[in-house]
Amino acid sequence: MTAAQRRWLFLAGAAGFAAFYLWGLTGLPGFGHYPGPYGDIINRIAVAQTNATGVVSAVNFEYRGFDTVAEEYILFVAAIGVSTVLRQLRGERERAARDEAVGRRVPPTSDAVRVLSLMLIGPTLVMGWFLASHAQTSPSGGFQGGVVLATSFILLYLAGEFLVFERVSPLDITDAVGAVGAGGFAAIGITAVGLGLAYLTNFLPLGSTPGAVSSSGTIALISFFVGLEVGAAFVLIVSELLEQTLLLRHRS
Amino acid sequence: MNVVAVAAPPPVPLALMDVLQITLLVLVGAGATAVALIRSPVRQVIALSAYGLLLALLFLAFQAPDVTLSELCIGAVALPILLLLALAKVRRREE
Repeated sequence: MTAAQRRWLFLAGAAGFAAFYLWGLTGLPGFGHYPGPYGDIINRIAVAQTNATGVVSAVNFEYRGFDTVAEEYILFVAAIGVSTVLRQLRGERERAARDEAVGRRVPPTSDAVRVLSLMLIGPTLVMGWFLASHAQTSPSGGFQGGVVLATSFILLYLAGEFLVFERVSPLDITDAVGAVGAGGFAAIGITAVGLGLAYLTNFLPLGSTPGAVSSSGTIALISFFVGLEVGAAFVLIVSELLEQTLLLRHRS
Repeated sequence: MNVVAVAAPPPVPLALMDVLQITLLVLVGAGATAVALIRSPVRQVIALSAYGLLLALLFLAFQAPDVTLSELCIGAVALPILLLLALAKVRRREE
């Protein structure tokens, strides 16, 4: 196929795509017009039904909690996959990077980066914890909180060395925290079944005040477990990749 | 406290919001094009991170603060970190 033929083929395809796309656009509802009833219904009843003022979390962890379980396990399985693929292979061994190029001086991390990272670790931890534990009152949740929590561990790596990072987040403990998070979510659902309710039914007392941190029953609890799982999964993935980059060498 | 105070957000003139949304849409389009056009992988990752930040702002302007938070975490932070680490590994093997 010559270049000219290829170009014509592309142009024909692009024109067809553009035609269908524009045709599809004309059928869309107007900007800002929401046709379906579900969103309006949820907006009206969610706070009264769950005592959670973070309606997004109420949807995620209650109305469609079953979907969220599956989503959480996608991340869980992905983390397992990464640590399986990136395990130490037979042809590799662990070695620090120092003797890779003898005589070449590796520039040390600058003091500015170290100080900034150290300063940010505390606020990042608090922020992550806040996000993970306030799903019921704000548009946050365990997912975002977990990633922010994991970021504070990455800051620790920036401020120090990989070995410090590894010592603070040992693989066994990270694995265990992740497993507790993933299992906790499922266990809450099964507890509801044990009480004679449908899977993931909100069986805890909802509290008397909508918008209080202690309100919303299982929504807050599920968000907490999701935070644990997501944080651990990200720390695990990043530490596996760092190990690949910094420690593992081909046996030569 | 028995009364839940739900503070109404201060009214923003509609035209101002439209301008903000359109500006951000244009910026996101430009950012996506930039990410696709940049050839050097490391620079591409940095541009991708900035693009994630732009997308987060866009979601905020369209009143989706929860998606904003997710996009900030994943698009602007987590994804670039993973890509940079992968690039570092590939580069080391090539040396």
